[in-house]
Amino acid sequence: MNKVQNNRAWFLILPMLLLVAFSAIVPLMTVVNYSVQDVFDANTRFFTGTEWFEVMLNDRALQAALLRQFAFSFTVLAIEVPLGIGIALLMPKRGWQASAVLILITLPLLIPWNVVGSIWQLFTRGDIGLMGVGIRELGYAYNITRNPTDAWATIILMDVWHWTPLIALLCYSGLRAIPDAYYQAARIDRASKWAVFRYIQLPKLTNVLVIGVLLRFMHSFMIYAEPFVLTGGGPGSSTTFLSQTLTTMAIGQRDLGPSAAFSLIYFLIILLVCWVFYTAIMNSQKDNTTQGGA
Amino acid sequence: MAQITLKSLAHSYSASPAGPADYAIREMEHVWKQGGAYALLGPSGCGKSTLLNIISGLLTPSDGQVLFDDQVMNELPPEERNIAQVFQFPVVYDTMTVYDNLAFPLRNVGTAEAKVHERVAEVADILDLTSLLRRKARNLTADEKQKVSMGRGLVRDDVSAILFDEPLTVIDPQLKWKLRRKLKEIHERFNITMIYVTHDQLEASTFADKIAVMYEGQVVQFGTPRELFEAPAHTFVGYFIGSPGMNFVEVARTDAGGVRAGTIDLTLPPAFVAAIRQSRSRNLKLGIRPEFVEVLTEPAEAAYPIEIDNVQDLGTYRIVSFGFAGVTFRARLGEDQPLPERQAYVRFPEAWLHLYIDEFRVEVGQ
Repeated sequence: MNKVQNNRAWFLILPMLLLVAFSAIVPLMTVVNYSVQDVFDANTRFFTGTEWFEVMLNDRALQAALLRQFAFSFTVLAIEVPLGIGIALLMPKRGWQASAVLILITLPLLIPWNVVGSIWQLFTRGDIGLMGVGIRELGYAYNITRNPTDAWATIILMDVWHWTPLIALLCYSGLRAIPDAYYQAARIDRASKWAVFRYIQLPKLTNVLVIGVLLRFMHSFMIYAEPFVLTGGGPGSSTTFLSQTLTTMAIGQRDLGPSAAFSLIYFLIILLVCWVFYTAIMNSQKDNTTQGGA
Repeated sequence: MAQITLKSLAHSYSASPAGPADYAIREMEHVWKQGGAYALLGPSGCGKSTLLNIISGLLTPSDGQVLFDDQVMNELPPEERNIAQVFQFPVVYDTMTVYDNLAFPLRNVGTAEAKVHERVAEVADILDLTSLLRRKARNLTADEKQKVSMGRGLVRDDVSAILFDEPLTVIDPQLKWKLRRKLKEIHERFNITMIYVTHDQLEASTFADKIAVMYEGQVVQFGTPRELFEAPAHTFVGYFIGSPGMNFVEVARTDAGGVRAGTIDLTLPPAFVAAIRQSRSRNLKLGIRPEFVEVLTEPAEAAYPIEIDNVQDLGTYRIVSFGFAGVTFRARLGEDQPLPERQAYVRFPEAWLHLYIDEFRVEVGQ
């Protein structure tokens, strides 16, 4: 093999580096800059090192928000992924029904976050909201401004309504990509419906599900507008998630140092969880034995 | 284990077929005997895969019946027909190991694990998969995957038949030959009916005892490779089997009571002349295989003068092309046979000359 040594080729990545610098590195470094300093005004600043990070990691309110955030993200994932797969399996495969269902399913995805919050705010009101009044009529004193459980259930329901279609659409396209021969072979092999799902459909959906799970995790972990409009984080702080806590700190209290430190922690958590997800799913596809050759 | 009978079977993909052209399978009768090794040979789109899918039950025929022994199978889904089918592109269950893939058809019907193990080990041994048994199927190469899909068909020892739908398309030529031998071996060992769909005549004739040649939704000939070669029942068989294919020339009756091809008056045995003159059809053809055309350097009785256009040397033999009555004829000559420069004479031995009326061969009394 003749490998040409020419290190000038590195210059070719310069444009990309420049682009990434402005889109990611520079903004990120600004945050890093704030997180290690205490800034009073344009001329007065003190280097604080890891102090803000320590403060943030020991902050009770933030710890609680982080726990709530994880609980929320995993709950919606646990509901949306199986539900999305189920819907995709039930969707019609061809004809005008397929197009009609596709459009109906996609609709919630097209609504802006704020609007979704407003819709559900109205929908769940005890005096005029269809759902609010409806549940009360059934004899349950439903109230999202007083009862934390109601607030939680409603936010989860809202997220499921808003985002399950994404999983369903991804899975639908994944299912369409499975060649007929697989189903035919399964029939010849006398496989049960469950076996077809378990050994053909689910494995073929792995790739789209990786994308779906990662997107949904990141999205839900950063959720802001919907619960903010619907419950304002209440009652109390029972539905105050991380981004709302952060916003309050950074914008409301102008605690730039602590909130910068916290932003970085936030970012690292998302990165870490995504990496764990990805690695876990990809590992499950490898041979789990070293025997049997290369 | 069963004899498969197709009774006035026909299939159309359109809901209201208007004419024969709408039928993927035109009405046919056919019997595949228990234990035979058959090939279904034909060009793409001739309906051979459709026919296979009808036998396995993946498709329900629009007319006629499929019988296994004496039982009508039309209404039964593939799951209940106890039939194995291997597809053109390898189908493996990605997340399972090779072992589990092979065991899958048996486990689906609740076979005891001891029996599963025994069958899987046997099939893996036949197909050289033993060293791969613990690997996940998704990481295999294309031909290993295809061996696994074949293995899933072979692992069931009680199947009515095993159907192969061009199973070696994705396999290297070298391995192809090996696998074909393997299949043949398996056939001899287990005495299972096998139907092998292919568009490759070599594949068909090395695998099968009898070949059904399909053309435009019909089985135009069912016979041994030798029969297909020596006496093609349809012009398509002549053209499709053999390399190069059979020579055909259109002939017509003359007013003088003879037969001519283009401007050439033919010297034919009386039986041929009689058969041609009796026929009412205008679609009359004479056919002869390139292997049987005699090319002479000197004029002889019943030999026609021709001019050689082109000689292709293929190592052990030569293909000579020449024009005859407006069509290009080919003759296949041995290496050592003398060949004139340009002017030559050809003779068509009557034993190898066939008469086709409306594309089908007519037996001519000698």
